[in-house]
Amino acid sequence: MTDHDSPLVRDADETNDRRPGTPRRGTGFLDEPVTLPTTPSATVGPYLAIGLTWPDGPFAVAEGTPGAVWLRGRVLDGNGDVVPDAMVETWQADPDGRFAHPDDPRGGVTTPGFRGFGRSSTGDGEYAVCTLKPGPVPDGEGGWQAPHVDVSVFARGLLDRVVTRLYFADEVEANAADPVLSALSEADRATLVAQPTEDGWWLDVRLQGDAETVFFAV
Amino acid sequence: MTATPTSSGLVLPRYLREDPGQRTPVASPGYRSTGTRAPLRTPVDLPHRLTEVTGPVLGEDRVAPGDGDLTLRSGGEAQGQRIVVFGRVLDSGGRPVPGALLEIWQANAAGRYRHVVDNWPAPLDPHFDGLGRVVTDALGRFEFTTVKPGAYPWGNHHNAWRPAHIHFSLFGTAFTQRLVTQMYFPGDPLFGQDPIFNAIPPAARDRAVATFDLGRTQPDWALAYRWDIVLRGVEQTPFESHDDGADDGDVA
Ligand SMILES: [Fe+3]
Repeated sequence: MTDHDSPLVRDADETNDRRPGTPRRGTGFLDEPVTLPTTPSATVGPYLAIGLTWPDGPFAVAEGTPGAVWLRGRVLDGNGDVVPDAMVETWQADPDGRFAHPDDPRGGVTTPGFRGFGRSSTGDGEYAVCTLKPGPVPDGEGGWQAPHVDVSVFARGLLDRVVTRLYFADEVEANAADPVLSALSEADRATLVAQPTEDGWWLDVRLQGDAETVFFAV
Repeated sequence: MTATPTSSGLVLPRYLREDPGQRTPVASPGYRSTGTRAPLRTPVDLPHRLTEVTGPVLGEDRVAPGDGDLTLRSGGEAQGQRIVVFGRVLDSGGRPVPGALLEIWQANAAGRYRHVVDNWPAPLDPHFDGLGRVVTDALGRFEFTTVKPGAYPWGNHHNAWRPAHIHFSLFGTAFTQRLVTQMYFPGDPLFGQDPIFNAIPPAARDRAVATFDLGRTQPDWALAYRWDIVLRGVEQTPFESHDDGADDGDVA
């Protein structure tokens, strides 16, 4: 093996003052940030229901909580067919715009019994999550984001989750000022805005097609 | 500190954006189901704001006694090669992720899932349901006892077989860290023909494969496989606020 075949040399940072390709001794101290390579994702496959079914999954709040609404919709494939073996997960702020998370810098969630997280299969043809409509959330730069729900979709045929957002059609002004929505074309915005129903809100997720949902790289 | 419309920024953690060459793509041509399901448009970059840097806090309350041992269900012993699967959950900064919920599911020793859609002619095991849950300890460690899953055929292409694998689901502590993946066993001869395994970029494939660990085998009882899981880590100190007018970086 020549020097140049050594993985230590091959992976070494070439911006320091060594001649590129020259081995070096360690200092005995950890003087550079550790970066471990992450574990690659894989599809949930067709049997996800075995591992990922919770009886209380759809309930980000208990049914009957004052103000509770149902978020519902279909997941559709490129043929326009319903995907019956997907899982939809939702994560969102409470009605005051706070998160059920110890690291929310404004203090944890204030709405008792609010989990902020919902998980639903599409086995009945649609997902369904019982929750409270979120409030506006600071954008971190002095402005505000419109009320929104972060959505992950998992399914056979997706090697990684896909991520989108659900906004609310009645938030006309807030939606117009939202930094994420306002960066999109009108047609693309429409793929993210849920419409009112009798018991809550409806938004289809279109994995492909003319009105393919806007998905986000997080 | 309370954020108001006039206050300056909350300083939030930024989670590592991974090199696309090291990540599993959403679609892969060899895996047929991706054809009508994987989105075709390029995803839009979403900056990490409050919704993305927080996530559900799930722990012990989601785990029942016995959930970490898949070999004892419905009052009897599962058939198959008993194994211990253990490891640590770390973030990419090398920090352990304590109190993290892991959910796993797998086929039985004959390669059959307990699921209505799985009806290939391999036996079900009355004492194996294939579901496990644990929470990592203070050092990010986890351990399951289970049986080695069998390989199973599927309809992707002629004579297609999935290599033996265990499905894993993790939340970490932020929406950005969510991971669903599969753990494989070392030296599986079925790797070469499996489009799901081969969808992982070559440089990252070994991270999906457990290591046999003789030192952790339990004499007269179980073989042992080690698998460490690495979630995306933060790129800066989280959640410091600074006042209006302060210079960038002046975080007294
Ligand atoms: Fe599987």
